[in-house]
Amino acid sequence: MTDAPHEKASIASLAMTRRMHRRRAAETRFRLYGRASVIFSMAALGWLLLSIAATGLSAFTQHWVDLDLDVRAESATDNDRRRLADALAGGFGVQADDAVRQELLALVSASAATDALARNAERSGATLRLTVPVSDQADQYYKGRVDASRPAAQRRLTDRQIAWLDRWADEEQVERRFNRGLFVNPDSRDPERAGLASAILGSVMIVLIAGALALPVGIGAAIYLDGFAPQTGWGGRLTRALEVNINNLAAVPAIVFGLLGLAVFINVFGLARSIPLVGGLVLALRMFPTIVIASRAALRAVPDSLTDSALSLGASRMQAVFNHKVPIAAPAMLTGSIIGMAQALGETAPLLMIGMVAFVTAVPESPLDPATALPVQIFLWSGSAEAAWAERASAAIIVLLAVLMVINGVAIVLRERLQRRRSL
Amino acid sequence: MIDPAPFYMIVIVAALMVGAYRMVHGRAARMVAEFRTETTLPDAQPRHHARLAAALVGLAGVAIYLIGLAARGGDPTLAEDAVWLAAIVLGPAAVTGLCLANVRPDFAARARVEYMAETGLMALALVALLTTVGIVGSLVFEASLFFRNVSVLDFLFGTHWSPQTPIRAGQAGQSGAFGAVPVFAGTFLVTLIAMVVAAPVGLMVAIYLSEYASSRTRAVAKPAIEVLAGIPSVVYGFFALISVGPLIRDAADWLGFGVSAQSALAVGLVMGVMIIPLVSSLSDDVIRAVPQSLRNSSTALGATRSETLKRVVFRSALPGIIGAFLLAISRAIGETMIVVMAASRAATLTGNPFDAVTTVTVQIVALLTGDQVFDSPRTLAAFALGLVLFVITLLLNIGALAVVNRYRVRFE
Repeated sequence: MTDAPHEKASIASLAMTRRMHRRRAAETRFRLYGRASVIFSMAALGWLLLSIAATGLSAFTQHWVDLDLDVRAESATDNDRRRLADALAGGFGVQADDAVRQELLALVSASAATDALARNAERSGATLRLTVPVSDQADQYYKGRVDASRPAAQRRLTDRQIAWLDRWADEEQVERRFNRGLFVNPDSRDPERAGLASAILGSVMIVLIAGALALPVGIGAAIYLDGFAPQTGWGGRLTRALEVNINNLAAVPAIVFGLLGLAVFINVFGLARSIPLVGGLVLALRMFPTIVIASRAALRAVPDSLTDSALSLGASRMQAVFNHKVPIAAPAMLTGSIIGMAQALGETAPLLMIGMVAFVTAVPESPLDPATALPVQIFLWSGSAEAAWAERASAAIIVLLAVLMVINGVAIVLRERLQRRRSL
Repeated sequence: MIDPAPFYMIVIVAALMVGAYRMVHGRAARMVAEFRTETTLPDAQPRHHARLAAALVGLAGVAIYLIGLAARGGDPTLAEDAVWLAAIVLGPAAVTGLCLANVRPDFAARARVEYMAETGLMALALVALLTTVGIVGSLVFEASLFFRNVSVLDFLFGTHWSPQTPIRAGQAGQSGAFGAVPVFAGTFLVTLIAMVVAAPVGLMVAIYLSEYASSRTRAVAKPAIEVLAGIPSVVYGFFALISVGPLIRDAADWLGFGVSAQSALAVGLVMGVMIIPLVSSLSDDVIRAVPQSLRNSSTALGATRSETLKRVVFRSALPGIIGAFLLAISRAIGETMIVVMAASRAATLTGNPFDAVTTVTVQIVALLTGDQVFDSPRTLAAFALGLVLFVITLLLNIGALAVVNRYRVRFE
């Protein structure tokens, strides 16, 4: 019977061991879920960035072709497109009929080439040397995005066109260059000529206007709520209502601000659609609560002892707040405001509401000229099915993300620097 | 192009302000020099007098300009303009004179400047109120115009949505149907899918990063999640449109059933990914707020880490987590660009996540871009939808705030 207690203990420990196994397994599982969640999020981010880089990076280069065109003066027509097609046909040594002309014109950026022809109109008769971008289809082919082995019906280039393009490549007439046009051209109907100039300028104006309005107002409101607003009685209730109101305003969907802008700035005040001024006003309203909340958090982080000691030395409340509290909170307020502006730069929905989706081929000269914005341009380009537009849209996204990264980086660097200098 | 008059006005008023500041400052400084032997701290005094003068001059100038703008109407004569111009110069000049006369030792200039500044700051804070009033006012006004043509009940409970209005009067077959149930159902479906992704993943990310992850993992994962939060929604929309939607369609093709590239699943998935950072940062805050003593007690009773997290931390943080979820839902409902780019515009009433659905925000954009006749039921319908969107997100936010506040009281 001496074994009995030992036996009992071993049975108990068996049950306990099982239980411990189960509990440890649950622990491991839980940890695994956590790790899987983190991996899922990071994989999603990686997939997003990679897919955009894969479609968009190639848009930063573009293929140009050198053409020696025999543009005959006695050409029977004044039509530049036809002259161009005939000259191209001559270059390849094929007989030009309507079908051939159409296919030839689809190889180069026809609008760019005819523009160049028109510029050199008086020089006709001689051989004209032109360097023009190839068409979007040809560009996609040179970039390896057209599968020539697929049946002709499933691709946009005919066998004949591919043969011509190969011939240009063989004769080294084609050169891959940096796509300057992406930054200096405004929008266009032709993907190979479309650029972001109007969108970038529009975005700059919108964000500057929004910042110029929302920063002083938002920071002023935060200073009032933090330092001056009554905290007791009816005034206190009003203050708290105002704070709840600001928190709610920050969570109102962006598109509702667009509706507000449409109803108030365009319908009541009679401002024009599609102009950066209205975009800036709308985004200022959108940014305002974000800036107030960020600035309030910065002000709240300043220890009360600071203002208290200023007050006890006889400073007025205004002096205590502006000479002692605000300077210390300034770096954090600045960072919050810059991040708010970065958000405004990516905002799209409110701008759609106020008509910034117009097709604008001119670079805006003032905030009262029609313009688009960078995110809106992405939206517009992504709406077209052709591969060249998707490529452009991805490139625009890369530009947008790069700018956002720079802005956020600047905000972080500024905060670090100023905080070090101002530290107590 | 731009009317240059406001710029001239700004320059003139600014010049007058500078002038007033200099004059008053000079006079006050001379007076201080006279009194210097008698008072101890007079040096700041001229500045306060000068600031008061500049502020009053600025106010007077702007006020006269605005009154003039309103009074002279659209087509003023030269004489009228000259009178107003004179008023803009002479009014502030008179104010300057008044200020100069009031530069006395017993005149409390600083108190007055500070009163003015405080009032000004209060006015800035009231911009928030003004914005809310503007939103509510414009939405209610335009929506009420819409509900004159379409009854509220038809809008809220009708099941057919095809907002094509007749182009000509009496045109057959295009009467326009504004039953918004399919639109609400689509919004609900997309939001549900997004939350199925974002709620568990966001919560687990927050728990894992704050409780389990090594500092090295955290150093990589935290910035990655922040980057996810900083990416504009138009980029997510593009991602859903060119990568996720086609991938799900191709995968379904491969498995042998047809799915639209605009499926609710693709849109919801991407939206879920977008909301993960919001859920994780909000839950991180509430999980951190759970007192350490609770964890310690649980550990002391022999609970494993996950048991403590699930049975103690999660339960005491539950109200805050629910608040975080409510905010995330409100964000998903109001999200526009992802659905505009990657979801369908045709309203179908379905609960199948592989079907294409439309949402409230998609319809608002669809109704307001394109033909632009204002006051047609078509455009007004967008404001009715906007009002519904605003009310729902407002209720969610207020609910979230109430839950979080009650929870905060429990621990403080």
